Amino acid sequence: MSDSPTVPLIELNGLTKTYGIGDAAFQALKGIDLTIQRREFVAIMGASGSGKSTLMNVLGCLDTPTAGTYRYEGIAVQDLSTDERSLLRRYALGFVFQGFNLLPRTTSLDNVELPLLYRGVSRKERREKAVAALTSVGLPTKMDSTPAELSGGQQQRVAIARAIVTEPSTLFADEPTGNLDSVTTGDVMELLKRLNEERGITVLVVTHDDHVATYARRIVVIKDGLIESDVSQSQGGA
Amino acid sequence: MIWNAFVIALREISRNMTRAFLTVLGIFIGAAAIITMVTLGQGATLAVKAQISSLGNNLLTLRPGAGFGSRGASAGVPHFTEKDAVVIGEQIAGVAAVAPVRNASLSTIHLQNARVSVVTGTTPAYFEINKWKLAEGRLFTSADLRSGAAVCVIGNTVRKELFGSENPIGAKLRIGKASCEVIGLLVAKGQAGMGDQDDTIILPLSALQRRMVGKTSSHDISQISISAKDGVDSNALITEITAVMRQRRNLQRNEDNNFNIFDTRQIAETLGSTTQLMTLLLAAVAGVSLLVGGIGIMNIMLVSVTERTREIGIRLAIGATAREVLLQFLVEAVTLSCVGGVVGILLAFGLCAGLARLIQVPFNFNLQINVVAFVFAAAVGVLFGYAPARRAARLNPIDALRNE
Ligand SMILES: Nc1ncnc2c1ncn2[C@@H]1O[C@H](COP(=O)(O)OP(=O)(O)OP(=O)(O)O)[C@@H](O)[C@H]1O
Ligand SMILES: [Mg+2]
Repeated sequence: MSDSPTVPLIELNGLTKTYGIGDAAFQALKGIDLTIQRREFVAIMGASGSGKSTLMNVLGCLDTPTAGTYRYEGIAVQDLSTDERSLLRRYALGFVFQGFNLLPRTTSLDNVELPLLYRGVSRKERREKAVAALTSVGLPTKMDSTPAELSGGQQQRVAIARAIVTEPSTLFADEPTGNLDSVTTGDVMELLKRLNEERGITVLVVTHDDHVATYARRIVVIKDGLIESDVSQSQGGA
Repeated sequence: MIWNAFVIALREISRNMTRAFLTVLGIFIGAAAIITMVTLGQGATLAVKAQISSLGNNLLTLRPGAGFGSRGASAGVPHFTEKDAVVIGEQIAGVAAVAPVRNASLSTIHLQNARVSVVTGTTPAYFEINKWKLAEGRLFTSADLRSGAAVCVIGNTVRKELFGSENPIGAKLRIGKASCEVIGLLVAKGQAGMGDQDDTIILPLSALQRRMVGKTSSHDISQISISAKDGVDSNALITEITAVMRQRRNLQRNEDNNFNIFDTRQIAETLGSTTQLMTLLLAAVAGVSLLVGGIGIMNIMLVSVTERTREIGIRLAIGATAREVLLQFLVEAVTLSCVGGVVGILLAFGLCAGLARLIQVPFNFNLQINVVAFVFAAAVGVLFGYAPARRAARLNPIDALRNE
């Protein structure tokens, strides 16, 4: 694995994604070229159905592209085996789903500990890190609640805690503030910004919220499966 | 990795106790059903076999009358003579032993205990022919028979009813109008199906004739017990005995037999094949119940497949490999199946012990069927618990997550 600064963290070339086959086929991504460097904070915006989640899923190695290349730290991800992609997710990537995807009937603490369990982290350390992560998203009192006992916004914050607890190299967040009020949204975005600035975590956030986008230093706009604009702004944060 | 899979699997089980319980339920009902049915079926077969062999398996019984049922009513048909028994023993080569039998229902009294008992007057050969074994005391001898000694051997039921906890050997028993010394106690044979064989008093034929009922005619023998030598075909023997008896009873060619011969071996064979059929039937029923149990397990697994597919998607998405997820599911399925199997075996043990007592068959723990049922039920559980996971773990995480 090359750490040379000349190799970008993420490099997409002519990436396409087609759902379905034959007459029912639908091309959600129509050839994306995108390069993202380490420590960037990128907002991905665009209308509903434009292909943002599809792009994030491919970037997060949760889905495979139909054509084109995806290089993560120089590695051709589409050539990796299923297990190798699992390990890439385990050790390098964090993902916050648009639909949370927490384990049902499982406490916040256990949900957040889960990625650490697969990393082989000791019981004591798992507990400490999970508590810290839940505290940092503002849920110190909901450690033992199951998803069914939490509001949508609280579930979203547990999902964020689960994604950041491993301190991944890259954090993908698909509308992480979609269910939050403006105050909590501010808290979460400050948290992501801090992780980006202090820990050097690369952050990609999908959002519809212009205010959220102001935290990013770069805004990529997707339209109908293609990049419509890609603008870097000098100043992040509101 | 294995330890991790264990931790995760046990957590997942503990979070879904209802699902776990229903899975275990399906498995243990299946296992318990097959074990109970086969064990009880074998117990019944054993009971019937023991019953038959206690009758004596080479035993032929000669009775007056044309046969069983209403046609066999022996009213007016002459009984047998003591000479008949002697002739059968002497003339027919395949006969091992012969005993004339005269039965009478008489009142029996010991101290303040009284009851009516069936009293059998016969010769010493009777004990061997009918496979009676001595528990205590002695049997009567040929000398007792010749002298018409007032001695008797009693069955266990008579002992219980008349003597209670008292030792009957040497005690005096009043039979009809005579007093008789109890010299022997017989080993109990039990009673399932055939009436109480232990409700019997056996004494020398001469004593019965002289002291209790009187010798009313020479035709006073109500049946003749005959045992065949080993390896002698009972059908050939029956033909020979029939020929001898027809001659002795002066039957003409056009006259029907006015006696019949009851063959326990034939009965044994019939009953044997019947119980074998019954065991087969029980095994079939048990197989069906195992199938039903299996379908129950399958149902629960299929119902939870959507939820579990999502769970697999989540685990894959946060970095679990397909192998780790499969191992977790395997551990879960094996754990639940084994718990189900063990509970099934325990339940079956309780059921067998209780039911065996209720329907009076012996209960023998059958290791083989327990192992078979356990393995089979566990295999069904593992198969249906693991199969859906195999499919889901091969998917892209996002496809597993989208599963609805
Ligand atoms: N599994 C699928 N099968 C078929 N079509 C799909 C599938 N997933 C997404 N699509 C289609 O692909 C397009 C892009 O979907 P995607 O979820 O990426 O949109 P999005 O930009 O995230 O929208 P939103 O802002 O509403 O979340 C949509 O038109 C959608 O209908
Ligand atoms: Mg989306």
